[in-house]
Amino acid sequence: MLEIGLSHYLTLGAILFTLGVFGIFLNRKNVIIIMMSIELILLAVNINFVAFSAHLGDMFGQVFALFVLTVAAAEAAIGLAILVVYFRNRGSIAVEDIRIMKG
Amino acid sequence: MIVQGLAFYMFAAFTIFAGVMVISARNPVHSVLFLILAFFNSAGLFVLLGAEFLAMILVVVYVGAVAVLFMFVVMMLDISLTELREGFLQYLPLGALVGFILVMELGVIAGSWVFAPDVEKHFAAPTIAMKTTNTEAIGSLLYTHYVYYFQAAGMILLVAMIGAIVLTHRKREGVRKQNIGEQIARRPSDTIEIKKVTPGRGV
Repeated sequence: MLEIGLSHYLTLGAILFTLGVFGIFLNRKNVIIIMMSIELILLAVNINFVAFSAHLGDMFGQVFALFVLTVAAAEAAIGLAILVVYFRNRGSIAVEDIRIMKG
Repeated sequence: MIVQGLAFYMFAAFTIFAGVMVISARNPVHSVLFLILAFFNSAGLFVLLGAEFLAMILVVVYVGAVAVLFMFVVMMLDISLTELREGFLQYLPLGALVGFILVMELGVIAGSWVFAPDVEKHFAAPTIAMKTTNTEAIGSLLYTHYVYYFQAAGMILLVAMIGAIVLTHRKREGVRKQNIGEQIARRPSDTIEIKKVTPGRGV
């Protein structure tokens, strides 16, 4: 029970990933929470990468997790910028209204 | 071994608890704070796994930059909390169904997969070969074999930075700013006029 193996980390990653997906469904109106759910999903993926990297003794998993982190940071910056612009124009951040953007 | 196991369960439990609170907290500010808690505990898990560098990066980049950015935006936008909660229970059954299916599928995969018999042959960068610290190992890989990926990551960050600035930059009405081009293009002949003043008459 206290012997921690790869499967423990994979289970944790799976639970965290599901929580992220669940959060997207649960907070359909709140874009900020949806973006936080995406961060949770990426965190779950990173945990899987690092767990496999540590278990197999292959360093590339950690290097790739670093790239995932980079992309997640860029995505958060762009997403929040879009959100701020959207709020400035519309006065709300309701996701349902975003379809007015389609050309 | 026992300490390690207990530490894993503590970090994992806090991470999952924080994850649940992120998606269910009433106030977005609380959600951001729980996200920070989740990142901190994941950093603890990374330390347990021996990935110290990633753990520190997680704390510095995520807690120090991304979560603070979220916090800024949450506090800057004046959003009504009740309006955002509408439809929370409406989507609960569908979300629960999808989450349940996802957990089941992931459970099936977790219960049945095995490593390929010759998995060691396909390692990109075996750790056993390098007797160095974690940070040194990542550095020696990142700046040699994966230097193009590293450059691409830097390019992504640059594009994201420029994109965020371009998106949020705006011209505001009624604000007088210095226009350097206009100032330099100004010639004395455009603005100065020499008049002969006859004595006793004025201009």
